[in-house]
Amino acid sequence: MDFALLANILPQVLIDGLILGFMYALIALGYTMVYGVLEFINFAHSEIFIVGAFVGVEILLSLKSAGILDGLPWPVVLLLLLVAGMAVSGALAVTVERVAYRPLRGAPRLIPLISAIGISFFLQDLIRLVESIWRNAFNLVYPTIDVLNERFELTPTIDVSLKSLVVIAAALVMLAGLHAVVNRTKIGTAIRAVAEDQTAASLMGINVNRMISLTFLIGGAMGGAAGVLFGVQYGLINPYTGFIPGLKAFTAAVLGGIGNIPGAMIGGLVLGLLEAFAASYLSLLTGGAFGAEYKDIFAFSVLILILIFRPKGLLGEVVRERA
Amino acid sequence: MIQLAGAVVLLVVSALAVAAFPRSILVFLLFQTALLAVYLARMPTWLRAALLGIALLVMMPLIGLYNGYYLEVATQVGIFVALALGLNIVVGLAGLLDLGYVAFFAVGAYSWAIFGSPQANAVFGGGFPLAPIWFYVFLLVGLGVAATTGVVLGLPVLRLRGDYLAIVTLGFGEVIRVLANNLDKPINLTNGPRGITPIARPPAPFGMPYPEYFYFLVLAIVVVVVLVNRRLEDSHIGRAWEAIREDELAAQAMGVPLVRAKLLAFACGASFAGVMGVVFSAKQVFINPESFTFLESIGVLAMVILGGMGSIPGAIIGATVVTVLNLQVLKGLSLWLNELKNAGVTVLGWNLANLPTQLEPAKYERMIFGIILVLMMIFRPQGILPVRRRQRELAARATTSEAPETVAPAR
Repeated sequence: MDFALLANILPQVLIDGLILGFMYALIALGYTMVYGVLEFINFAHSEIFIVGAFVGVEILLSLKSAGILDGLPWPVVLLLLLVAGMAVSGALAVTVERVAYRPLRGAPRLIPLISAIGISFFLQDLIRLVESIWRNAFNLVYPTIDVLNERFELTPTIDVSLKSLVVIAAALVMLAGLHAVVNRTKIGTAIRAVAEDQTAASLMGINVNRMISLTFLIGGAMGGAAGVLFGVQYGLINPYTGFIPGLKAFTAAVLGGIGNIPGAMIGGLVLGLLEAFAASYLSLLTGGAFGAEYKDIFAFSVLILILIFRPKGLLGEVVRERA
Repeated sequence: MIQLAGAVVLLVVSALAVAAFPRSILVFLLFQTALLAVYLARMPTWLRAALLGIALLVMMPLIGLYNGYYLEVATQVGIFVALALGLNIVVGLAGLLDLGYVAFFAVGAYSWAIFGSPQANAVFGGGFPLAPIWFYVFLLVGLGVAATTGVVLGLPVLRLRGDYLAIVTLGFGEVIRVLANNLDKPINLTNGPRGITPIARPPAPFGMPYPEYFYFLVLAIVVVVVLVNRRLEDSHIGRAWEAIREDELAAQAMGVPLVRAKLLAFACGASFAGVMGVVFSAKQVFINPESFTFLESIGVLAMVILGGMGSIPGAIIGATVVTVLNLQVLKGLSLWLNELKNAGVTVLGWNLANLPTQLEPAKYERMIFGIILVLMMIFRPQGILPVRRRQRELAARATTSEAPETVAPAR
């Protein structure tokens, strides 16, 4: 085996894994926050995420056709994309909760899950419908911002694009911001109280429904931001792109201990790194018999193993059993 | 009496209408409604059986002679009825949400596809495809392989809680699809995304044409599946499943062996899918991983949910409605829209010829599934044709969950 080759690509694999991991971490927050409060898997979160990516591409395309994309400094563009993506995805998440989940609160736990699957499928085709009418195409490509594609040489063998650094930085800022909101503000305390015990929280004068909406808003906004970053990083999106990253982000949430916000971040990073390693080393280590195609299977195997051997996840939030 | 007369009249009228307009989708839908009316109308059991028998054994093949497409739709409906009944055991009776059900269908389909085509030569040297008569053996092999897969999957994951189980089965479904897509190396087992063809078809008796033959074969299997389902429902194990669905802890306390009962549910549901998979691969002659996506699993789930979880007639109706929506209504809409486009019709001063070309109603099956799932969950979680027990249970839950509303508005 060629160990020199394995070692040579290692830093690149690490960087790819980190980017992927931050992406998963941002998406996983949506799953984990909702689960923490309602003990419910928001299956439609993957579509809320990809809606963010579509908002981003629409803004970029309209800026481009208006001819002002190249005139604007890239941080302004990126900030615009992020804010718009977060707003739309957050609003969508709140709407979905109002329409499809709130009427089902208190029903047997599979009932809202099935409803969420329905919403997920409905949204996929809704995006397709809207884009088909609007652009007559639903596979969209992010217009490139040339500056962002500039690459820095870290060492003679490794280079990293500005884009990747921006994605990582943006994800870090948002994760830190969320952590501060949840742990340092009154609203964050209220959300945690509702997650702990809804009845007790409502007796303390907390508006439980509003806090649940807020949870969906924050989770959705994080998902939307992840969508924009996903689009900027990987370029190509279609209405069905969100599904697999969504599933993996859920895996990440479970990996870190679902319901646990720092857990989602760590789980995302671990899963991203594992997947990047699997994608680049699986084929090298097995002599080409099993290639990068198996990286999805790899992620699912991680999920199954975690659920069987350590269902609390790495950080071990205790999930209460509810009949 | 009025109901009986109405149902018979509807059946006769729709049959005549099909004869008069062999190409109309609406007329065929009318025929299906007539079948439903016969099923629901109040009449003696023997008469119902006789009428349904005539409609399915005589009228349907005759319609097929006029328009082969209808027979194809009926066969597809039959395949999905069997799948829905299989999933009904897992989701409806045992209450285990399986989101990767189509994987078992794939396992059955690939088991015959590999040995019923030259594909197996790549693994075992020469001698393949097997003689077409082996198809009948493979109906059992497919059943066995799918049931085994169900048990192998079930063993590690059945201890998981309901929603985790759902996600894991989803992952498992994807794993099977990815394997089918990639096992063309190192050994070419599935021929990857290119799929396997030609798959041998069994020798049809009496020189029957294949569309008719597959229609009758599927019908026979569906009848067996329905009978098995009905016997299971009130059997010892069926009761155990329902007990698990209602309350795992209580069931366990009453001496229900949880893991064994759940494994049996998985294996039973999987075996139906396995048999239909074998039939499907022979009928299609060609299969590739695209036929076994997550979309299909959710489609079957939508059928079960629409009809009513745990309800046998519900699963049949659900499968019929969803398949017909997919195969006929959506495609019909596509064709109609295209005709309007080509004719350059204007609606509200807007020329339809300017409609985007990507707008194809036939491609929006996910939207249909999604709408079905959400609306059913919100407005009628017990389904169109609910089981009485389930109906009461869901109604009871609704009232108890509303009761504390006055005390704690949060819940």
